[in-house]
Amino acid sequence: MSATAETRPTLAPASPRRLVDFVLRARTFGIVGVLALFVLITTALEPRFLGAGNIRFILSETSLYALVAVGETLVVLTRNVDLSVGSVVGLSAYVSANMFQAHHGIPIPVVFLVGLGIGLACGITTGVITAIGRVPSLVVTLAMLYIIRGVDTLIVGSGQVVANALPQSFINIFHATILGIPDLAIATAVVVAVAAYYLRSFSSGRDLYAIGSDPAAARLAGIPIAKRVFAAFVLSGAIAGLGGVVWATQYNTIDATAANGLELQVIAAVVVGGVAIFGGSGSVVGAALGALLLQTISSALNVLGVASIWTEAIAGFLLLVAITLDRAIQLRLAAALRKRRVHLGA
Amino acid sequence: MEPERPTTIEREATPPTEPVADRAPEQPATGIRRFGFLLRWESALAVALVLVVVLGTQISSQFLSSYNVFTLGTNIGDLAIMALPMTLIIITGEIDLSVASILALSAELLGYLWMHHWPMALIFVVVLAAGTLAGWVNGILITRVGLPSLAVTIGTLTLYRGLANVVLGPTTVSNFPTPFSNLGVTGFLGIQWLSWSVAIFAVLAVAFGVTLRMTPLGRSLYAIGNNQEAAFHAGIRVKRIKLMLFVLSGFVCAAVGMLYAFELSSAGENIGIGFELQVITIVLLGGVSIFGGTGTILGVALAAFVYAGLRSALLLTSSFNENDFQVVSGGLLILSVLIPNVPSFVQRLREMAGRRRMRGEALARPGDRSEAGAHG
Repeated sequence: MSATAETRPTLAPASPRRLVDFVLRARTFGIVGVLALFVLITTALEPRFLGAGNIRFILSETSLYALVAVGETLVVLTRNVDLSVGSVVGLSAYVSANMFQAHHGIPIPVVFLVGLGIGLACGITTGVITAIGRVPSLVVTLAMLYIIRGVDTLIVGSGQVVANALPQSFINIFHATILGIPDLAIATAVVVAVAAYYLRSFSSGRDLYAIGSDPAAARLAGIPIAKRVFAAFVLSGAIAGLGGVVWATQYNTIDATAANGLELQVIAAVVVGGVAIFGGSGSVVGAALGALLLQTISSALNVLGVASIWTEAIAGFLLLVAITLDRAIQLRLAAALRKRRVHLGA
Repeated sequence: MEPERPTTIEREATPPTEPVADRAPEQPATGIRRFGFLLRWESALAVALVLVVVLGTQISSQFLSSYNVFTLGTNIGDLAIMALPMTLIIITGEIDLSVASILALSAELLGYLWMHHWPMALIFVVVLAAGTLAGWVNGILITRVGLPSLAVTIGTLTLYRGLANVVLGPTTVSNFPTPFSNLGVTGFLGIQWLSWSVAIFAVLAVAFGVTLRMTPLGRSLYAIGNNQEAAFHAGIRVKRIKLMLFVLSGFVCAAVGMLYAFELSSAGENIGIGFELQVITIVLLGGVSIFGGTGTILGVALAAFVYAGLRSALLLTSSFNENDFQVVSGGLLILSVLIPNVPSFVQRLREMAGRRRMRGEALARPGDRSEAGAHG
């Protein structure tokens, strides 16, 4: 990166920003590169990996994580974190799937609305406590992780929803495809695109970056921090609520432990996707690609016959590699920008 | 150079100097008010502990029975021991989410080596070394590479838990020899109500408390937590101290991992899963600020027993189970961060009311009403 910076000394003063843009884009390309590398190696070793069925499977499996990662990204950008998404997905999955048991013949869109409503309620609670009570989100969402899971367990009791309680049309959502592409993947891509456009082109979207990179400056610039952070938590909750319904279509058997620990996988996807854990930089496209990368790797290991017990360790290792690389790039970039300033001054 | 410590939302939220005319005279400065509050936080915990004991004895005559105190102690002791290094780490403004995974890794390593007939003494050495190494990796990534501890330890949480799964796979080892497998059954030195883990915790808590309160090293942790940059320029070896703390945490968690496996008389999949959350709950309940710079071992010790006592008391009522307690402990955690914010919240409402007055809207909403509303 720094080489690029040094060989173009004639750039206009606005170039540091372009340099940053370039590096961020390079970061996304980096994930795509690693992804391509993994796919190539795995396919070389086991051609079945690139079969249409397996690709469809990976895309469907990724959808849930990518979806929830979009909401998580909004929160992380503001220098907060939402650890409660796993519990929200679990609660929403049970309650929404249980609607089929409680009310026979209930229309599927209503069930999605129920999931959305649960997510909204959770998100609003977290948002109110964090943004208005001005308490650290790490602690609040850690507590919400407990509380929502506890409420989930209270509601579920010893019961569970089993696959044959769900209508076939609901289960089919996970398997449905348009032109060979899973519906869920398309829906997720739409959500990612909308969120990316919002973060890029709306002033309230840019505010999230401003808050994350320097809260004090953002306040002085007149950005309504509490309002934006609140909105980020509400959106994250709402998306996790929808994710819960997706979870139900995917796994079909839902008990009180549904989506336990999902928050860690989502945060791993977000961080691997290049969103800085302390806010201010990153993109939803990166986060979604991060989810895709983790899922592809887990599938690749599976196809190559690596015992699935290795998956978790490898995911953790990759997360560490990703943040270490990010740090190295960031240091390089800072050095390059400093050098640039010296050039301009001289 | 030290990596820049991220400014926190909370920190910028408390206005450092805004002399408001109607601010109460007993609150001269934010810093002093904070410490003053902390003193009261520990007294509040002591009162809470008494209340919990009273509540417990009201609920069941079994609450203070030797057996119940022993079980309660066995449950909380391990978490409380892990909370000690965690307290120091949080005081310096960092966090270690990988504690439960290091515990699991050591427990499963213990099981694996015992299954392969290693002598117990050698197993101890190897497991402790592994835990220390795990903590060292955390520390190096955080201090030398300069990564945020939150991200690093989320990564190692997954990595170490994953390695733990690899070590033992789906097998469960439970044939530990008698002196060790008795740790979860017999009391410390024949005192039937005193569990080993609580006895060990008591000794360690005194050591940690004295170090934190009375040694230059201990005081430097507060300096780092309050202002890392200033601490660095004052000659405190910030990176080395942080590295040391993470290594210490790894070592302690490895030791607790073995203790826990012995108490359970088994080491297997998912051992100690979610413990990191409980440990952090205890530390924060003990009045340690998540942003670093404040907190005491006494507070954490009291919090551990309030937590354990409340849990035991509620579980003794037939209508409460483990999952209901999840909700309670989550609520406690939120309260423990919300309550210290009440003064600044009231302050903000007052300022808002003051601004309204200035804008001539005081008629619509007098200042004292908004204050009353804040208390309600």
